[in-house]
Amino acid sequence: MARKDPGPKVDRRKFLTGVAAAGAATAAATMSTPVARAAEPAPAPRVPSALPPSMHVAQAETGTPREPARVPGIPGSDFMVDVVKTLGIKYLPANCASSYRAIHESLINYGGNKQPEFLTCMHEESAVAMAHGYFKVAGKPLMTLCHGTVGLQHASMGIYNAWCDRVPVIVVGGNDLDAATRPPGVPTFHSAQDINALVRDFTKWDDTPVSLQHFAQSFVRAYKIAMTPPYGPVMISLDAGLQQEPMRDHGEKPYIPRYVPTAPPQGDSGAVKEAARLLASAQNPMIVADRAARTPNGMKLLVQLAETLQARVIDQGGRMNFPRTHYLSAPPTAVSNADVILGLELSDFWATVNSYTDNAGNGGIGTNSTRIKRDTKLISISSVELNTKANYQDFQRFQVIDVPMAGDAEATLPALIEAVKQAIPNERKAAIEKRGEAAKKAYAEGHERTRAAAALGWDASPVSTARLCMEVYAAVKDLDWSLVASEGNVSNWPNRLWPMEKYHHWLGRSGGYGVGYGAPASVGAALANRDLGRFSVSIQSDGDLMYAPGVLWTAAKHKIPMLSVMHNNRGYHQEVMHVQRLSNFRNRVANLGGDMGPVGTSIQNPDIEYHKLAESMGWWARGPIKDAAQLGSALREAVKVVQAGQPALLNVWTQPR
Amino acid sequence: MRGNRTRLTGYLLLVVTVTAAGLAFSRAAAAAGSPEKGKTAYVQHGCWQCHGFVGQGGVTGPKLAPDPMPLEALSAFVRNTRGGMPPYQRAILSDADLADIHAYLQSLPKARDYKSIPLLNQ
Repeated sequence: MARKDPGPKVDRRKFLTGVAAAGAATAAATMSTPVARAAEPAPAPRVPSALPPSMHVAQAETGTPREPARVPGIPGSDFMVDVVKTLGIKYLPANCASSYRAIHESLINYGGNKQPEFLTCMHEESAVAMAHGYFKVAGKPLMTLCHGTVGLQHASMGIYNAWCDRVPVIVVGGNDLDAATRPPGVPTFHSAQDINALVRDFTKWDDTPVSLQHFAQSFVRAYKIAMTPPYGPVMISLDAGLQQEPMRDHGEKPYIPRYVPTAPPQGDSGAVKEAARLLASAQNPMIVADRAARTPNGMKLLVQLAETLQARVIDQGGRMNFPRTHYLSAPPTAVSNADVILGLELSDFWATVNSYTDNAGNGGIGTNSTRIKRDTKLISISSVELNTKANYQDFQRFQVIDVPMAGDAEATLPALIEAVKQAIPNERKAAIEKRGEAAKKAYAEGHERTRAAAALGWDASPVSTARLCMEVYAAVKDLDWSLVASEGNVSNWPNRLWPMEKYHHWLGRSGGYGVGYGAPASVGAALANRDLGRFSVSIQSDGDLMYAPGVLWTAAKHKIPMLSVMHNNRGYHQEVMHVQRLSNFRNRVANLGGDMGPVGTSIQNPDIEYHKLAESMGWWARGPIKDAAQLGSALREAVKVVQAGQPALLNVWTQPR
Repeated sequence: MRGNRTRLTGYLLLVVTVTAAGLAFSRAAAAAGSPEKGKTAYVQHGCWQCHGFVGQGGVTGPKLAPDPMPLEALSAFVRNTRGGMPPYQRAILSDADLADIHAYLQSLPKARDYKSIPLLNQ
């Protein structure tokens, strides 16, 4: 498609023709011997399974290919690098692939391997998840490159997580479109008509540029779309021919469009006014936030709104929305007392106000019940309503909302705060203050209950998740720490007990709940934190790490310091409970097969020595730690290692949840 | 779903069932409860999955120990629960095993006062 210019032919074709001819000759030489022998009257001697290489085979396997003539002119991929550089993309995590070899070469040689710097990854899903984690700290997107077919299939789960978590990632897949000229064999297996179709259901936008000018427009447009709330991943199919061909020496040089950020969408002014009226007149307004704070400023705005109303805030944790130390911070159960609920960028409004119990009720499909009072008014501000697609069901169950707004919550908050201030009548101000006093009392009592619960099993072996989390906190509390991932469910202790107050203290979760996010996303986030001088700590689950543990090597290779503390409960614990539940419903004893959990759900016998795995890839590592009393000193040692610039891992055997 | 369902009927049914099942529970089995056997049964029957190895509880299940509920109440709940926890019928968890599990939970020491734990007072 992109090879309309009959100008200089790329010599790779001649080279590949030579290779093909050599291969054919080899095949003919190999085949001729048994055919000739079949014609002889005497039985042929037994042929060994591996014949010695013929001269042709030896030449094809070990010989140096003829040096291809240098392609004259400026490579198209050099121009592509010029385009990429205008956007200030700092890193490019990727697993190398021939379908993007031309832009790869331009990036590291012509581009000097700076802005972006290539980070060697061992799996495409790891590369995307690194970009995912990086954005949640830096607020700036990364791009990744992959084979358009096999690589993109590996990358797809990471892209789905980014889609569900509303995170921009620029994915560029190499693809050789021209069936008449692309190399046969592997490169053709790795080509497709429309690679973007694979991820179109969970990307915001995609394109297949057919000229360099088209690429420049597509890339800047992709960046702009990805960075307009609701954020999301975008996809560009990059033709191998377009990368490799030189720029044409006739006509005007392609221009690079200037990137100008698009202002985020705000909620309708009339709806904002109505929402303010409901909130100002409510007896017990409640704010629920999931991905409300896109930036640190979003947190400040939410505090301002909450204090204006003296309304309690339930932070569902998609982002760090609200300080956990604020007296208006409330647990999810607080929703039951509300008469007005404001939902900000909720990924699941239905489940916020209803509950589903996975029991044998309703013919085995489980039972639903409401969490709120009948007349509670519901308000929603969500940008995701602007970007809903049909196939994947991340839009969740349908919930009727009284005042729904399609708009970005953070961008709408300033107008809502002003509207609320104007809507609060003077005679309500004393009652609102009194509400704040009640919230302070509820917060103090809740904190006390939480600490009492954490003390249960404090000295148990394996280590309780509460003990694990508080030992980790004690080791990092005096540093500018950032909890870059908390995977595998540790009963939410960090959010319940750590005094999280800064935006980078908590980064949220994967979005799509695709296991395998934690390890690479934490490395990506740690990369961003490294550049900001922060200390990164991750609570890393066992099952998550084993999806693509090669990211440990990437962290060591690129000197990304972080402390990874294993929550090693030796099982895919969510599934342990699912299979147990179904066994009970069917009145059968769960088959444990010699493990602790039902067959197929345990990660034991043999136990994985994660500390050795990490050590083999350049990490400082210790373990397994089964005695809680040994954890504190090991953590202090590990923190020093990380402060010296090396990643460190502690393999801790833990309670299940 | 809001406002369209009451759980009162379910609760009443559970209370009645709890009482009936408690009366039916073998007091002989309760008396024979063995903490050692109960520790094994606790793991084999998957109690640890949601409640932890020492019954400390977590987001997936409430605490069971220390100070477990009376055996009769535990039995009634385990046999008839309609909540998040799946029921264990006698075919998969015998009265004797349940009594052993209860004995194990009773044997677990009291938790430390959180105020005496420096890490919970940082």
